[in-house]
Amino acid sequence: MPEATAGSTGQLAIDFAYLVTGICFIMGLRYMNTPKTARLGNSVSIAGMAIALVATGFNLNWSTGWWIALIGLGAGAAVGIYAARAVKMTAMPQMVAIFNGAGGGAAAMVASAEFLKLNPSTEAVPLDLGITSVLTAIIGSISFTGSIIAYLKLQEVMTGRPIVYPGQQVVNALLALVSIAGIVLVALNIDTLPAFFAALVAAAILGVLFVLPIGGADMPVIISLLNSFTGLAAALTGFALGNNVLIISGALVGASGTLLTLMMGKAMNRSVTNVLFGAFGAVKTADAGAGPTSSTGGTVRESSVDDVATMLAYARQVIVVPGYGMAVAQAQHSVRELADQLEKKGVEVKYAIHPVAGRMPGHMNVLLAEANVPYPALYDMDDINPEFPRTDVALIIGANDVTNPDARNAPSSPIYGMPILDVDKAHQVVVLKRSMKPGFAGIDNPLYELPNTSMLFGDAKSSIDKLVGAVKTL
Amino acid sequence: MNAFHLLTELTVFVLAVFVGLEVISKVPATLHTPLMSATNAIHGIVLVGALLVAVVAEPKLGPVLSVLVVFLASLNVFGGYVVTQRMLAMFKPRQTPAQASAAATNGAKH
Repeated sequence: MPEATAGSTGQLAIDFAYLVTGICFIMGLRYMNTPKTARLGNSVSIAGMAIALVATGFNLNWSTGWWIALIGLGAGAAVGIYAARAVKMTAMPQMVAIFNGAGGGAAAMVASAEFLKLNPSTEAVPLDLGITSVLTAIIGSISFTGSIIAYLKLQEVMTGRPIVYPGQQVVNALLALVSIAGIVLVALNIDTLPAFFAALVAAAILGVLFVLPIGGADMPVIISLLNSFTGLAAALTGFALGNNVLIISGALVGASGTLLTLMMGKAMNRSVTNVLFGAFGAVKTADAGAGPTSSTGGTVRESSVDDVATMLAYARQVIVVPGYGMAVAQAQHSVRELADQLEKKGVEVKYAIHPVAGRMPGHMNVLLAEANVPYPALYDMDDINPEFPRTDVALIIGANDVTNPDARNAPSSPIYGMPILDVDKAHQVVVLKRSMKPGFAGIDNPLYELPNTSMLFGDAKSSIDKLVGAVKTL
Repeated sequence: MNAFHLLTELTVFVLAVFVGLEVISKVPATLHTPLMSATNAIHGIVLVGALLVAVVAEPKLGPVLSVLVVFLASLNVFGGYVVTQRMLAMFKPRQTPAQASAAATNGAKH
């Protein structure tokens, strides 16, 4: 029996092991401050996790529960490792969403088990345990169902566009109210068992409904927010179980997710509330493009592969600006090949990464790293913006709103005030685009009408492959 | 658990949040995706909780849900770490001589 093996000395050793785990997690995250030490950091973190799991093993009742652990761990490990190895780098946002949801769901279930242990149908529920359990259940289940919807949207099983309907906010508010009522009832010890599960179910539905109106370009914010929710849920599980390692780890994740959420919001010049309730890009079509720069005539200059190849090959510096379009076209390897060819001709190639390019924080960096682009060539927005005025060609691949000069110039534009990459300041701008369709925000981009901009229409990957061929012959 | 106990746990939580903010704010934007997936794996620590409620003499969730909770949490842990490791393995510094100048400027940053 666990009580026999884990006496007070045993429990002390287990708690000490948990402390070591906490330190490992903190050091692991600390080592992520440079790409050089990041792998070491992850290994330290894995070691911490292993220590915690082994320590926990001494507190379990193996004689009756061994098969539960075996099946659960075995299947979880098998599916997790397989999926993590098989997933394409372009699909990383949805993979992260799924793992995040799994954690949230597990936290909600652990909280439910803890709550049931209090015999809520027959006995009074202690205030602290009751509230922490119901809170965990609520946040965990929001995270669980919200992550599943985020996954379905990112995987394009359902539309990536915002889904809006009348009364949406009212329904969401009512669901939130049910969850809050559940907390109050549990605290007051009135019908605790039904109150607990009503709160849990309402939160699960709320998780679905609050992600539905979120559009694809806002996904970096939502993925970060869901990450912080699961962190918070894990921390609260720690309160319910009286387990410090869960509290510490959950707090670290919650802090990380919150920080990223705020960073992403800042990079779009929008508050998190606006992202959550704004349904950005839902119905707005070209009506918002009436800024001063877009009324300059409305003609775009289409260019040919040969012209662009010449322009690139004789440049001194080229800055590549990737966006979600590059991920969709799976063009990252071709981009790298083009950069190789250009570098052979003595052209300096840099990459400008907008914080919200793609569908999760740092999405473009991972894709380019996969294509063997060395990380020192990847520049953050603030570092690269001063470079554009002395850059010969800015090559924009599947990015749109993050290059829209209206964000700087047109106070009437919905994206006015959003920090952008100053590509229009480069001597020449080449835009690789599938068609003249507006970007996610549904706004015209006056960049395309500037005299120094040329457009190269077509699938990004095939356009770049053609450019590689043309540059080679020069 | 009593009020003092709760306060101690709250102290641990608040301090850990501050440590988290401090450490995370130093992670460069280049590593934000691996960071997310690493923190993702870390909240898989809920597996400890899952085991503690599932692998007991009389699991409150019953056998099926007990297996499910351990499954979900371990999916989170194993998937999260493997995917992070895979991503981080791709981040490489410059090597070719043609790119040496930029490597020098990068080296100067450290």
